[in-house]
Amino acid sequence: MTSFTLNGKPVNIDIEVETPLLWVIRDELGLTGTKFGCGIGMCGACTVHVGGRATRSCSTPLGKIEGADVITIEGLDPNGEHPVQKAWKALQVPQCGYCQSGQIMQAVALLQDFSKPTDEDIDAVMAGSLCRCMTYVRIRSAIKQAAVEMGSTSNG
Amino acid sequence: MLKRMIAGLLILVIIGLGGFFVAAYRPALPATTAIATFAPELVAKGEILAGAGNCAGCHTVKGSAPYSGGYAMKTAFGTIYSTNITPDPETGIGTWSQAAFQRALQEGVARDGSHLYPVFPYDHFTKISDEDVSALYAFMMTRDPARVPDKVNELPFPLNIRALQAGWKLLFFKSGRYAEQANHDAAWNRGAYLSQGLAHCGACHTPRNALGAEAHDLEFAGAPIDNWIAPSLTKTNPSPKPWTEAELLVYLRTAVSQYHGTAIGPMSVVVHDGLAKLTDADIKSIATYFADVNGAASHGESAKPPLQNVVGVSAVGSNIYTAACASCHYNNSEPPNPLRPDLAMNSAVNLADPTNLIQVVLHGVSAKEGAPGVVMPAFANGLSDGDIAQLADYLRRSRTNLAPWPNLEKAIADIRAQEIQ
Repeated sequence: MTSFTLNGKPVNIDIEVETPLLWVIRDELGLTGTKFGCGIGMCGACTVHVGGRATRSCSTPLGKIEGADVITIEGLDPNGEHPVQKAWKALQVPQCGYCQSGQIMQAVALLQDFSKPTDEDIDAVMAGSLCRCMTYVRIRSAIKQAAVEMGSTSNG
Repeated sequence: MLKRMIAGLLILVIIGLGGFFVAAYRPALPATTAIATFAPELVAKGEILAGAGNCAGCHTVKGSAPYSGGYAMKTAFGTIYSTNITPDPETGIGTWSQAAFQRALQEGVARDGSHLYPVFPYDHFTKISDEDVSALYAFMMTRDPARVPDKVNELPFPLNIRALQAGWKLLFFKSGRYAEQANHDAAWNRGAYLSQGLAHCGACHTPRNALGAEAHDLEFAGAPIDNWIAPSLTKTNPSPKPWTEAELLVYLRTAVSQYHGTAIGPMSVVVHDGLAKLTDADIKSIATYFADVNGAASHGESAKPPLQNVVGVSAVGSNIYTAACASCHYNNSEPPNPLRPDLAMNSAVNLADPTNLIQVVLHGVSAKEGAPGVVMPAFANGLSDGDIAQLADYLRRSRTNLAPWPNLEKAIADIRAQEIQ
């Protein structure tokens, strides 16, 4: 039995502790916003937050998250209005959209650690989140726009 | 003539053996049936001390009752299982008097008179004061008794003859309580008392000789333990940043050091479950002691290691790092965010042996280990031995000025194989 919280709600689940967290989130708990990309932690599509840190759920075994707080794209904001999500919509970042929940989760974590990220910061932290539609230019713009909004809310 | 010589030799051998067994003999102490009661303050003190000794770490296995034993300690001589130290009268230590308990800790002899193996660190516990032994006894005897029979050790003949342990003691064991050192202050002495005695830091951090005894001339110089490396706690520790008293204090209290990494592997339970019980003052005294042992004050802090020394560095390793690691491990300023462990400073990358880095890459870090509540993914299934070797080689060459690690692929394969056994 593994216990953790998912988007603020307690979860107790009795499956093999080696099961990737991604399968638990999608197949057992039915939240399909988090995507499968490569399965080996190399593309970022499956990124969720564990303890507030961006974490690749495809290569995190369930047993490792006992007692932890997990947030998926569905839990980021009840109305999908997190400043990063708003910036993503305003700048029309997604094309096919498959990688975007992972991109957004990674970007939110980036802005927690680097409130005014430089291009170098964005390149270093986001390089592990691949986008086959090449939306990188708009991702960078949206991160900077969200940083401005988050900076003004926190100061204001 | 020859017959006489053989007979003479035989007699000598018999006398010698007889003498040895007489010297090795320890009487059984009477079983106690009285149900003792203990002052709550004494039990509470014992609970803290049991945390310092990390008794639960070795005397508990996952899924079994606390302190009921069964933990396998794999030594070079065979596998020895920890015993049930709950107060169950039949399978635990319920019939042990305080005198028997004290003799076990301070002399390494069980109540029935048999010699204990030094995997039970009585060579450290002999330094524990009688008062602290009383508190530990009060705590252990007030635990819930669990009926769990001890497992049979897997030791080859003649190591399974416990009386022979008397010989080991003669060679390597010095009985005696901790002696205060007048040239150091009270905090240092408290730290030394805890570290050398109950907390038995040297049991993992001091290399052992061919007969399994700690090499005292190499005290705290670092050693392999349970497929991990317990790093050196002396000035031979290769970290570019010194383990100052402040760094040690934060690390031992929270399991997270901004410059050296987090407590994982066998050290994780020591910090999270054991030392967590200690007062801030006691943790600080241990930090005071080890900051002196490692000479932090005279540590010539290295210049920041080259972060982009790309000479001879594998592009494969660099690409894996960019895709799989940088999103969490990248920092843009000093000091690094401790939740973004800076690999140029990290112990695992600076140690002479790559084992700890390989372990973490293979298995990640759970929410209970290291920094509480956060995890590192496990790459055992995603990366091949060759991939991990290239990644480790890239980190070693680009983050430190130390010699590259040789034979990484074999080291990784060996660590995977050890776990399957």
